[in-house]
Amino acid sequence: MARIVVTVMLKPEILDPQGAAVRGALTRLGLSGVSDVRQGKQFVIDLDGALDSEREMVLTKLAGELLANPVIEDYQLRVED
Amino acid sequence: MNTTPISVRRDIDTVERAGSTPDVQQPWADLGLKPDEYQRIRDILGRRPTSAELAMYSVMWSEHCSYKSSKVHLRQFGAKQPQTDAMLVGIGENAGVVDIGDGWAVTFKVESHNHPSFVEPYQGAATGVGGIVRDILAMGARPLAVMDSLRFGAPEHLDTPRIVSGVVAGVGGYGNCLGLPNIGGEAVFDSCYQGNPLVNALCVGAMRHEDIHLAKASGVGNLVVLYGARTGGDGIGGVSVLASETFDATGPAKRPSVQVGDPFMEKLLIECTLQMFAEKLVEGIQDLGGAGLSCATSELASNGDGGMRVHLDRVPLRDATLSPEEILMSESQERMMAVVHPDNIERVMHICQRWDVTATVIGEVTNASHLQVYWHDDLIVDVPPRTVAHDGPVYDRPFHRPAWLDARQSDEPTTERCPRPSTAEHMRQQILELLASANLCDREWLTSQYDRYVLGNTTTGRGIAVSLDCNGRFGALDPYVGAQLALSEAYRNVAVSGATPLAVTDCLNFGSPEDPEVMWQFAEAVRGLADGCLELGTPVTGGNVSLYNQTATTAIHPTPVVGVLGVLDDVRTRITMHGAKPADAVILIGATQEEFAGGEWAHVVHGHLGGTPPQVNLVAERSLASVIRDHRHLITSAHDLSDGGLAIALSELVLRNDYGLDVSFADTDADAFTMLFSESVARAVVTTASENVDAIRAACELVGLPSALLGTVTADDFLSITTADGVITLSRAELAEGWSRTFARIMS
Repeated sequence: MARIVVTVMLKPEILDPQGAAVRGALTRLGLSGVSDVRQGKQFVIDLDGALDSEREMVLTKLAGELLANPVIEDYQLRVED
Repeated sequence: MNTTPISVRRDIDTVERAGSTPDVQQPWADLGLKPDEYQRIRDILGRRPTSAELAMYSVMWSEHCSYKSSKVHLRQFGAKQPQTDAMLVGIGENAGVVDIGDGWAVTFKVESHNHPSFVEPYQGAATGVGGIVRDILAMGARPLAVMDSLRFGAPEHLDTPRIVSGVVAGVGGYGNCLGLPNIGGEAVFDSCYQGNPLVNALCVGAMRHEDIHLAKASGVGNLVVLYGARTGGDGIGGVSVLASETFDATGPAKRPSVQVGDPFMEKLLIECTLQMFAEKLVEGIQDLGGAGLSCATSELASNGDGGMRVHLDRVPLRDATLSPEEILMSESQERMMAVVHPDNIERVMHICQRWDVTATVIGEVTNASHLQVYWHDDLIVDVPPRTVAHDGPVYDRPFHRPAWLDARQSDEPTTERCPRPSTAEHMRQQILELLASANLCDREWLTSQYDRYVLGNTTTGRGIAVSLDCNGRFGALDPYVGAQLALSEAYRNVAVSGATPLAVTDCLNFGSPEDPEVMWQFAEAVRGLADGCLELGTPVTGGNVSLYNQTATTAIHPTPVVGVLGVLDDVRTRITMHGAKPADAVILIGATQEEFAGGEWAHVVHGHLGGTPPQVNLVAERSLASVIRDHRHLITSAHDLSDGGLAIALSELVLRNDYGLDVSFADTDADAFTMLFSESVARAVVTTASENVDAIRAACELVGLPSALLGTVTADDFLSITTADGVITLSRAELAEGWSRTFARIMS
């Protein structure tokens, strides 16, 4: 059984109003030295069996089509053991 | 995030350097300039432009900012402007302003955000709403409500749900966060918009007459304040060419073409700006939209009486690596620029601080005639502002009537081409077919995502009514008539509420102006709209032109979306769709001809687009408006007839109320099919207590409008239509079946 974690983040050059709001709140609530916060999302996908190359190809394709919006977001796949 | 610009000493293209290096090759073609346009810039300046100047001219002389292809035609809106005392501010400012009486003024405008909404539907639509709200705010008004006119591809196309859900969520998300109600609009499906959806957003705001503000920088020594969001690399697009040209490779590689909106920042901007207005601290104001600082600085300076000096290095940045050219071009959202007297600057900065809005003095009004922009100690822009903002190129592009139009117009929906229903049962089926079609079905799926009731306070005084309409198929059959029909429908929509139509805003969506046939469609539509507005006495107060709406060489239908604003002296006297009571009489006002070309019946039942659109009758339209307005105390409910004709209007009355209708056409000249499905103009269904029927019909006769007594409102749930071939009976549940499910089906 394989676990794949897909992390989706706004591209660095894209404005992230939520991240900025969290940054303001962290500072206001007492955390000093917060220089930036970026907010994203994570998908944890469990597979029966191993992640073979064919499934990896399909997942990589779907990550760009379904999980992330490549116009404004970057995504990364990570396999957890 | 680095919030202070790093003072990196770059190889800056200064005015001085431009003067001494006339032969430097510049990427003017990559920025969309034509050879003669580039030469004209050199002639104006008497030297080559610096890269910053080139950036400014290229964006300000683009079609989007300069209206270079449309200007020669748009002048008709001024030349044919009807005499009216209502217009306080006309075309040329951020939005037009109309007097509605008692010292109150209303400002409204519709603007397109078509291309961004195709690239990124959610953010494109959201920033479209944000942009038009700032236009209204910049006039001095409190934004009150938004509307939107949306056009998508074919309902069955795989890509359509993606665009629809993104656009609708974007419009709703941004408007709802601002606390502005969405009060209506359109959502139309047609395959011609498949690769080029239309997102036209309208905002309306109100203010006292004395609060009207204009976009001009006057008063030597006054300070130029940039406030709102920090400037990032948003929407810079092609100007990165300059950065890579001028600078070494340490600059950022990527500049996003997508702008992301932040409605909460916009809300702060609104409240902060309104407080400055209330304390009378602002001499001139401009929002930052397309072309960002290039546009705001050059327009403010151009409208003022002197020059302006701007220190670009003072602009607060979200991305410290931006080059001066990129800062000038950035379309980062939620920014405004105000001109403030030095005595008031402390107060302005205090107000901004109070609302947590970043504000920076970036320059001042000078007595020189030029707009001068500095980057640290270097002068990088030194131009006469009018040449950037107002005296750009103007093209009288060639146009001719499309050769294919004759064939299309002669392809009338005749009985041979489009067989008509032969029995009452057949007509009954077609009513249901229309109700379940993409363009006539219930929009609850969409409107439920919008906040419709916020700010819905109890009102006892003056009110306004706004409508936004167009039928692109009419435009495809005859753009002159199509534009007038859009005007006619919006005018009628406002009139049936009992309001007096006052003014017009328009969003003219067309294909490429470089195609002479498209240019002809545009010219005809403008001519039609200008003539129509003159006849109706409602001036065009402002709006927007969106060209190049096409996929490869196929242009969209000519889509001149028209917004009409009307005023009600007392909103308690307005007419709605909901006031009828059982036993009230149902009257059809207006003449019905056999007019099906471009209409919903031909489109839905036969997929046919041909013939000549319904005949325009603006005199009748005015008469209809006056009869309804003058008898609004007698009229219990009213519904205008437009898409789908009487069949759809009657169905909607039953669907949206808890009564039935029992009607027949005994009192009319036309056959049942024509009565039900024709889309003739200047018609409305009204209900009234039976004792008032004669008064209303006499009033119609007095102004030359035919009227027919169709029947009565009933206490049951049925739409019952008696025809020569039998009775058509439809229960509310039957009417609702397809009508209420279609939108969700399109989206699944």
